[in-house]
Amino acid sequence: MCILDSGVDPNHPKVGEVQGAVEITVDADGNPTASPDEEGDLCGHGTACAGVIRGLAPECEIHSVRVLGAGYTGSGPILLGGLRWAVEQGFDVVNMSLSTTKRQFAEVLHELADKAYFNRTILVASAHNMPVESYPWRFSSVISVGSHSEADSRRFYYNPNPPVEFFARGVDVELAWMGGKTIRATGNSFATPHISGICALVRSKHPQLTPFQLKSVLHLIADNMGGSAA
Amino acid sequence: MTDDSFRAAVAAGVIGAESAYASLLRSIVEVARAIFSAQRSSIFLLDEETDELVFEALAGDEEQGLIGTRIPSSTGIAGWTLVTRQPLVIENLEEDPRHSREVAEKTGYVPKGIMSVPLLVEERALGVLQVLDRPARPGFSLQEMDVLGLFANQAAIALDLLQRSRRAKAALAGGDADVVVVARLAAALDELVEDDRARALRLLEALEDVLRT
Repeated sequence: MCILDSGVDPNHPKVGEVQGAVEITVDADGNPTASPDEEGDLCGHGTACAGVIRGLAPECEIHSVRVLGAGYTGSGPILLGGLRWAVEQGFDVVNMSLSTTKRQFAEVLHELADKAYFNRTILVASAHNMPVESYPWRFSSVISVGSHSEADSRRFYYNPNPPVEFFARGVDVELAWMGGKTIRATGNSFATPHISGICALVRSKHPQLTPFQLKSVLHLIADNMGGSAA
Repeated sequence: MTDDSFRAAVAAGVIGAESAYASLLRSIVEVARAIFSAQRSSIFLLDEETDELVFEALAGDEEQGLIGTRIPSSTGIAGWTLVTRQPLVIENLEEDPRHSREVAEKTGYVPKGIMSVPLLVEERALGVLQVLDRPARPGFSLQEMDVLGLFANQAAIALDLLQRSRRAKAALAGGDADVVVVARLAAALDELVEDDRARALRLLEALEDVLRT
C-alpha cells in the first residue's frame, strides 16, 4: 500500500509500522527524485489516511510517499513525480486523497493512471463534490471515491451514475493525528482510504486480480448490490 | 487627456472597484458565518509570487488587525485544503495543540472545529474559505458539505474578479504602455456617437480578426 500524501507518522498507535517512507523533490527540469523521508508527517493528512487503512487491513505494508508540504507552486510537478515513482515501484494499491485542477498536468496524470492500470497497480483517488474539473479521480482507470454518512467503515456503495464510482465512510470519521492524538473529521479525503483498505484486503486474498477485475469485485460486494465487505 | 491623467483616472476607477470587492469579501465571510451559525469565518488568498496564503477577511470578531498575516502555502489546515483541493471538516481541533498554537499566533483565535474549503475557479486555486466553530451537532451532514462547496464556488467567482482588478491596478501603476494604449482606445471609442462608433467598432473587429490569425 502506498500513501501519496503529506507523509505518515510512523509512531502513531493507529498506524503501526511503516515499511518505507520517501520524500519527492523535483529539479529545475521537473525530474523527480525520491529520497528517504526522515520527517514523518508534516500536517496530519497522510497519517489520518494511513490509520484508516491500517484499521481495515491490519497486516498490509504501508509505504509513505510525501508529495505535499513544499508549497503550492511546486505541488503539481511533485505530485506527478511521486505518482510516477509509485507506479514504477509496482505497489498493489496507491491511495490519493488529493487532486489537482491544473489542466497542464491532466495529460501526464492520465498516462500515469493508464500505466498503473496496465501494471496492476490500483489507483484510488478522492472525488470532488465541488463544481470544478479536477484530476485524477475522473479517469476511468482510477477508482474514484465520495462519502456516505454512515458510521460503518466496511460499508460502501456502488454509484450507478459515475464519474464518482463508490461511496465509502467519510463523515465524522475518527482519525489518527499528529502527536499520537485522534481527531474526528469529514471529507472525501477520508472516504478514499476506506476503499483503499478494502482493495488491500481483496488483493491480499486474490493478488492476481487486475484493476478491471478488482473494480468488478468492488461492484459485486458493494452493500447496495447485495454484497458486503464485512 | 494626457497619458498620466488618463492613467490616474483609470487607476482611480480600479481602486474604487477594489474597495467594492473588499466589501464583497467581507460580505462573503459574514454570510458564510451566518449560514452555519458559526463563531467566525475567514478567507485566505493565495499569493502565487511568494507562494503564501494571505489572511484577507474575517467575520465574527471586531479585531481586524491580523488581516494581511501570511503563512506558507502548504502549512496548516488552510494550506493542505489548498494543496489537496479537497474540502474537509474537523470537529475536535483542540486535540492538536501544535496546530492550535500556530493558528493562535497567526489569527488570534483557537477554534475547536473548522470547516475548510478550497476556492477554485476553473483550473486556478485562489485560496481557502474557513468557517470556525459552528454549533456542536450530532454528526456532520453531507448536505452541509454540499452547501459549503456551493457557497465556496460563488465566493471564488467574486474573488476571481478581485484578483483581475488587482492585476489591472498593478499594470496601470507600473505604467504598462500596452495596457494604457488599449484603455485609451476604449475611452476614445466610448466618446464616439452612432455612425462613427459603428464604423470604429467594425474597424476594431477587423483588427481583432487579423490579430487572431
